[in-house]
Amino acid sequence: MTPGFMLSDLPQFFLHFLTLSLLSIGGAMSTAPEMHRLLVHDRGWLTDADFTTAIALAQAAPGPNVLFVPVLGFQVAGLPGAAAALVGILLPSTLLSLGVSRWGSRRRDTPAVRAFTAGLAPVTVGLMFSSGWVLALPFVREPAHRVGGIVLIAATVVAMLRTRLAPIWLIAIGAVAGALGWA
Amino acid sequence: MFIAFTVLALQGFGGVLAVAQRELVDRRGWLTREEFIAAYSLAQLLPGPNVVNLSLMLGDRFFGWRGALAAIGGMLLVPLVLVLVLAASYNRLSDYPVVAGALRGMGAVAAGLMLAMGFKMLGTLRRNPLGLVLCALLGLATLVAVAVLRVPLAWVVIGFGVFAWGLARWCIARQERQP
Repeated sequence: MTPGFMLSDLPQFFLHFLTLSLLSIGGAMSTAPEMHRLLVHDRGWLTDADFTTAIALAQAAPGPNVLFVPVLGFQVAGLPGAAAALVGILLPSTLLSLGVSRWGSRRRDTPAVRAFTAGLAPVTVGLMFSSGWVLALPFVREPAHRVGGIVLIAATVVAMLRTRLAPIWLIAIGAVAGALGWA
Repeated sequence: MFIAFTVLALQGFGGVLAVAQRELVDRRGWLTREEFIAAYSLAQLLPGPNVVNLSLMLGDRFFGWRGALAAIGGMLLVPLVLVLVLAASYNRLSDYPVVAGALRGMGAVAAGLMLAMGFKMLGTLRRNPLGLVLCALLGLATLVAVAVLRVPLAWVVIGFGVFAWGLARWCIARQERQP
């Protein structure tokens, strides 16, 4: 529990995440600047370092990166904070997605829905490459880890395209190589 | 369903999407590549975390709202417990260089998984009504906007999405006029 946060602040905190949920197009990470403004800048419930740590932790841990949101809630107000943040960020977007997805699958063969899937496919593939590129960039930029990092990335791509290995083994190999200082 | 998605989520270091594609399409065969990309395109455009939206749609498709709940629960529950434990013990862990190195190695693999998924999904564009040239242009424009120009993702998804949708409607209409 951070100093300055009262349990009576919890409903307002929850409401804030409910609103952010509907703005989180492209993932919860896109609302991170807005959360930072509220939690660090406006209310002073968290420090800058707390905020960055929450994001780094969620990216390092297994599972979806949206989990940085309950970590922020946890840092602010313990377990009730984590629950309020997670339910808040997920509930509205989940209900909306469920509705749209059911509506879309009932009209799967109409030109509008077919055009939607056809038009979005290349954009989505472009975004996948972008994410890969953004994730790979730190390895390309840092001379100390460049060779090992690029070898690991390339080996992963080859293994994914040529074998039927489960990703967990590749991740384990990456962890071992990194721990031994090869990457 | 719950267990399948828990297993998925636990393999997703730095992002679950590439792992989801691997497990659901390549290994379990629950979906075709085309179905996966269609569901993911929609999940991306709607508000909310993409992977959570995707799990929800798939769960709902197979087992209705119970499946949707099971998929989301599986995606979030165990990882949530893990990440909170990590958060509570973080200050003691981050001092070990071995931990930092292992995380770096996992990061490299995560980048590779994402790129490999992009290569796999290229195959789905072959039968796209837009034709290969337009697909390539749209994909490249997206890549440049996000990775090079660092345009905020929401703008890219909405802008390119609406533009591509309109373009595809026009192409489909044109094809239906010339059988």
